[in-house]
Amino acid sequence: MRYLYYPGCSLKSTGKSYEESLLAVFKALKMDVVEINDWNCCGATAYMAVDETKAFAIAARNLALAEEQFNKEEEIHVIAPCSACYMVLLKTKMFLEQNLAEKGRIKNALKESGLNYEGKVKIRHPLDVLVNDIGVKEIAKAVTHPLKGVKVASYYGCQTVRPYSTFDDQREPHTMDDITAAIGAESVDWPLKTRCCGASLTGTIDRVGLPLSFMILKEASKRRADVVSTSCPLCQFNLECYQDNMNKQFRNDIHIGVVYFSQLMGLALGIDPKTLGMNRLFVPPENVYKIMKGGEKVYV
Amino acid sequence: MPNPEKKEKKFEPKIVAFFCNWCTYTAADLAGVSRLKYAPNVRVIRIMCSGRVDPQFILQAFASGADGVLIGGCHPGDCHYSEGNYKMLRRFRLLQRVLKVLGIAEERCRLEWISASEGDKVKTVINDMVEKVRNLGPLSIPAKMSDIDEEIKELEKEINREEVPQHA
Amino acid sequence: MSNTNGNGTIKGITPRIGFYICHCGHNIAAMVDVEKVQKFVASLPGVVVSRDYKYMCSDPGQELVQKDIKELKLNRIVVASCSPLLHEHTFRRAVEKAGLNPFFFHMVNIRENVSWVTDNREQATAKANALARAAIQRVFFHKSLETKKVPINPDVLIVGGGIAGIHAALTIANAGKHVYLVEREPTIGGHMAMFDKTFPTLDCAACILTPKMSSVKNHPNITLWTYSEVEKVEGFVGNYKVNIKRKPRYVIEELCVGCMDCIDACIYKEAKYPDEFNQGLSKRKPIYIPFPQATPQVVLFDPETCIDFKSHRCKKTCIEACDRKAIDLKQVPEYKEINVGTVILATGFKTYDAEKSPQYGYKKFPNVFTSLEIERIVNASGPTNGEVLTKEGNIPKSVGIIHCVGSRDEKAHKWCSRVCCMYSLKLAHLIKEHTGAEVYNFYIDMRTPGKGYEEFYDKLMNEGVHFVRGRVAEVTDWALIPEEEHKLTIRVEDTLIGVVRRIPVDMVVLAVGMEPREDAQDIRRMFNISCSTEGFFLERHPKLAPVSTFTDGIFIAGGCQGPRDIPDSVAQAGAAAAEALSLISAGSIELEPNTASIIESFCSGCKSCIPLCPYSAISFNEGTKKAVINEALCKGCGTCVAACPSGSIIQNLFEDEQIFSEIDGLLKFAGIELEEMEVVNA
Repeated sequence: MRYLYYPGCSLKSTGKSYEESLLAVFKALKMDVVEINDWNCCGATAYMAVDETKAFAIAARNLALAEEQFNKEEEIHVIAPCSACYMVLLKTKMFLEQNLAEKGRIKNALKESGLNYEGKVKIRHPLDVLVNDIGVKEIAKAVTHPLKGVKVASYYGCQTVRPYSTFDDQREPHTMDDITAAIGAESVDWPLKTRCCGASLTGTIDRVGLPLSFMILKEASKRRADVVSTSCPLCQFNLECYQDNMNKQFRNDIHIGVVYFSQLMGLALGIDPKTLGMNRLFVPPENVYKIMKGGEKVYV
Repeated sequence: MPNPEKKEKKFEPKIVAFFCNWCTYTAADLAGVSRLKYAPNVRVIRIMCSGRVDPQFILQAFASGADGVLIGGCHPGDCHYSEGNYKMLRRFRLLQRVLKVLGIAEERCRLEWISASEGDKVKTVINDMVEKVRNLGPLSIPAKMSDIDEEIKELEKEINREEVPQHA
Repeated sequence: MSNTNGNGTIKGITPRIGFYICHCGHNIAAMVDVEKVQKFVASLPGVVVSRDYKYMCSDPGQELVQKDIKELKLNRIVVASCSPLLHEHTFRRAVEKAGLNPFFFHMVNIRENVSWVTDNREQATAKANALARAAIQRVFFHKSLETKKVPINPDVLIVGGGIAGIHAALTIANAGKHVYLVEREPTIGGHMAMFDKTFPTLDCAACILTPKMSSVKNHPNITLWTYSEVEKVEGFVGNYKVNIKRKPRYVIEELCVGCMDCIDACIYKEAKYPDEFNQGLSKRKPIYIPFPQATPQVVLFDPETCIDFKSHRCKKTCIEACDRKAIDLKQVPEYKEINVGTVILATGFKTYDAEKSPQYGYKKFPNVFTSLEIERIVNASGPTNGEVLTKEGNIPKSVGIIHCVGSRDEKAHKWCSRVCCMYSLKLAHLIKEHTGAEVYNFYIDMRTPGKGYEEFYDKLMNEGVHFVRGRVAEVTDWALIPEEEHKLTIRVEDTLIGVVRRIPVDMVVLAVGMEPREDAQDIRRMFNISCSTEGFFLERHPKLAPVSTFTDGIFIAGGCQGPRDIPDSVAQAGAAAAEALSLISAGSIELEPNTASIIESFCSGCKSCIPLCPYSAISFNEGTKKAVINEALCKGCGTCVAACPSGSIIQNLFEDEQIFSEIDGLLKFAGIELEEMEVVNA
């Protein structure tokens, strides 16, 4: 099966290492993945609040481009790794299915730029594709450097499994934990898998956002996680880059690596850390490296 | 959105339905009791079992001017009479081939398994079928038949004219 | 194709049709222009009189028909009203009383099939016109028919020995009829036997149930087969043949007196295996009795755990201990075949599997219990002898009861399980009484409809039980503040004060809802009845036939029909028993005369029909080389009729000519196209 890949803005900027590691993992698993030509911003959550129709039209353009590019396929699978993009594209697809009048209006808008949208597109999250299409067995088979002894706190964030997505349990998601097990690491059982990281508030109104991020990291450390694994560029950014601010504000000493699940997968598949964009991390996951080298863990 | 072209009278398909007493007819009653609204184009004939549906009934319905025929029976394994629905399914598959040869589109004749609790399904199936048949347009076999009758009369006249000298 | 000539005479018969359209108050008249339909039908050939009336099913409505039959010499009657499944019998009886054969009557469904499902008056009226026209055309071909009577075997089978099955069995047995009560478990009593107290009276469940259980055991009219399952059902109302499998207990029921010496003698000195009756909270031995008051008082072996079944190397101390020689380790299943006239299904329910709602942490946190587990824990004969303790063995200082687990939830079951609010109140009372703990009830809506139920709620509020209105988001061991350490924190939006609260507790009780049993679908197939969307057995009519099913002679009672409490189950069981008894005392039942028969002169003897009949009602007469239908065996499905290549089989009430004319009537009438007719009558 062929897949189209919709990067969205984050994976080309702050979340560059997500793209690097994900594409490297796809390649290692021999998946056929092509980037959508001439894709545009998904509209994110902000535009929806300003003008819904225009926001849907913008997002629908990407769906139409996918149909144009893969016009011979019966069903077109578009992988959207960023949680926000995934949620917006999924919402757009579902909204157009349920709202025929709006669909007509948006089809007219697309027609102006010579595009058409039929509804053949399926929006997929990489976790969904890896677990349900490739399968944990295949992943486990491809592992060359199992992360034995590494304790991973899987953090899904809010938009990967909610509100429209159906590939995982919305209350107790497990796909990332399934992958964690497949690469030989150990999942930490913790209740904050889908708790809000603070989203845009961590950077803007930090008295609201920062405590939310802090609670997550504190609980992960308390449960002896070596690393927090994420599937969203904003979650990763919030949890990793503000650790100094958190420590200052809450008089604490948190120091825990926050990486993309694809980076951990890449390490287990024997891909070199630089290809996985690990050099871009602000807080390198020291414990993971130490365990992989056979050293002792250090808890701070 | 006002559309001046759509002023002309919309084609309303006529669909004859055969519903089995135990499952689908009961489901239609349930749809009624639940006040589900669906397209009024389907007219139901109650039979005891979908196994009672003679292919002739379906052909007769088309011949009398139906644009579609819907048959509703119990789900496989649930037939009140053990397996009447399987018998119908077999007949239906054969009839589909006949209908294809006659040039009657596949969507015009539909077999559905609807259990007594599936009032919703009665609604969705009927709405879906009405929409599909509406898109196909009228079948109007009676009109076509009278055209053919006219043609045959003309042909007969011609044949008679040619035959006259021989008898003379 | 046209079956009638324009003036309404066929084959020399001149039908005199009376047509009646019902307003059904506003139910039909609001959406169908009944007057228009009445006038339209009046103009149709063969129709002598056409009337509309407010309520056709009422006595004056029926008298209207009867008067017309006598005065106008009508010989065909068509009534357009509700579904024939509801009132066909009513009108047939009315017609018969007026001296006309009831099968000259036909019913048109313009309520369930038209007025209730259409939102356009014009279209609804047109549809009603077409359906009425089809019926008018159909009744031309109706014939006089005789109904067939079948005798009712007075024996009754009751499946399920919970409170519903027990009550139904005793009611019927007390009326002097014989009952076979079949129960899957080794004892009767069902869920009720597991409860400690019953709401709202706080009667001890065992005290009110066990006398009934022993009456069942000792009743001369009841054959009690526990640890048995129905395997096969054949036949029809009045005469069902049922095969029952009696699973081996490895103990001879007639000899065992329940002294339990064998249990003491078992080479396992300690009980090691989870006790099903106590929800796995205590242990039992491989030879056991489910609970002290089990009925019958007979021990049984669990071959899965007994050493002798696994290795054949046990010392068999149990056999030595039994002085009545009741143990037989070579016992094999016993198969019984019984004939009964009616069946009552009281197969009960299952509680929702709380693990399916992972946010509440069942099986993840040891101190999260289901309500059924707590029922056992508070019970004096339960695993802790009635002491409410956490898994660590401490008396809880605070307990949270979460309502609606698996109920009123889009992700689990949409329905309200009806009993959970009340049993949660009961458990709150009992826990508080046993431990003095602070008890919190987390509810969405408090549902206490029932005699004395609201008063019970009131009493609980005065007892100082806390009530928090809101669906609980999660139960977590994630401590935000020191007070939450080593506790379970219940996170909930308190919708009355509009804040999210975190309430730390020592013990959580999940008020799990009721759902159909896993094998409800198998049972349904076996007895040829239907299930509703949720999977509970479907009643014939939700209001007017709540314990009947679409299969004559099969009745349902208790939790298998939907969530209900003990008083409702008992009431339903009584109703089902009364329905069965009414059939038995009538002695026979009239069957619909819709059987098939063969016109011998047309039959070519091709035998195509013979293998089609699921009841083997068709045979081949080697002498005449013709097929023969045994009408006593025919159930009237009509499959053979549709398959006969020479058209030599006819089905009463569903004759080819009747259906062809119905088809024609729906689309056109007597050769006239539908549109033309509508123009004529415009």
